[in-house]
Amino acid sequence: MAKQLCYEDVDVGAEVTPLAKIATTRMLVQWAGASGDFNPLHYDEDFAKSQGVGTPIVHGALKRAWLGQLMTGWVGEQGVLKKLFCQYRGMDYPRKMKTMEEPHGGETWWCKGKVSKKYEEGGEHLVECEIWVENGKGEKTTPGRALVALPLRSKG
Amino acid sequence: MAEGSIITEELRKLIGVTAGEPVTFKVEEGAIQRYAQAIGDPNPLYNDVEYAAKSRHGRLMCPPGFTGWPVKAGGVPMFELVEALVKAGAPPRLLDGGIEYEFLVPMGAGDVLTATTKVADIVEKEGKSGKFMLATIETTFVNQNGDVAVRALASFINR
Repeated sequence: MAKQLCYEDVDVGAEVTPLAKIATTRMLVQWAGASGDFNPLHYDEDFAKSQGVGTPIVHGALKRAWLGQLMTGWVGEQGVLKKLFCQYRGMDYPRKMKTMEEPHGGETWWCKGKVSKKYEEGGEHLVECEIWVENGKGEKTTPGRALVALPLRSKG
Repeated sequence: MAEGSIITEELRKLIGVTAGEPVTFKVEEGAIQRYAQAIGDPNPLYNDVEYAAKSRHGRLMCPPGFTGWPVKAGGVPMFELVEALVKAGAPPRLLDGGIEYEFLVPMGAGDVLTATTKVADIVEKEGKSGKFMLATIETTFVNQNGDVAVRALASFINR
């Protein structure tokens, strides 16, 4: 496991370790099954066209789950994700598959974040972050916030 | 612009209304693993039963958001509430106001959760382009000990 992140390690303005993601049509089908969201908007070309989005779009909840991974990965096992907020501002389109396992070339999404505040409350050491998913053009399609509690390094 | 409140009496009556009956479901190991795989999250606390058993949690844990968007919380029909808002006179242009999760108690394999979705609040706000309505739909997931494990607040803006 990676070294545990501690409250003393982060300052306002610090970057959350970025996480790269590639949405593929295959991943959206897998997500539909795992999450139980079977809206055909996310896998049926004709239906997506009839709904005015062109082609199937990435589930908002999948992008939110990526942001969850961004934060839980960053805070490590001794850190606690307390709040997660996000908003769906822009649509994202998955890469199509070239082989059963490999997608075609194309967009890579980045989940990113920045520390906006750190404070103590109720005996906890809390860190608030602005977080977002950005598409291949650098547009923040899914902005949000997260609140985490981190352990103290100096705690004896 | 119209005088008075855009929150009609019918809308006010919807505050506190729940969407259908509460739904109870058990958190299964396989469901957690498939969820983590679908995200592409290799965290062993979600994927590796033996590793998780030796961790401070003692079992596979749920990734954040495992309980789903309220609409999918074991089939709680949140969209019925959103439709009810429009029928009760809410302005027709619906915008996603985002969703906030509060994680209060860790959730893991074996937990039995009961999800209840309700209209938590409907308020009027004043924006640059006039009045709008902000509805908050809350889903709580209560575990087998009676503790609220997760609270999800979805906001809808009607203009």
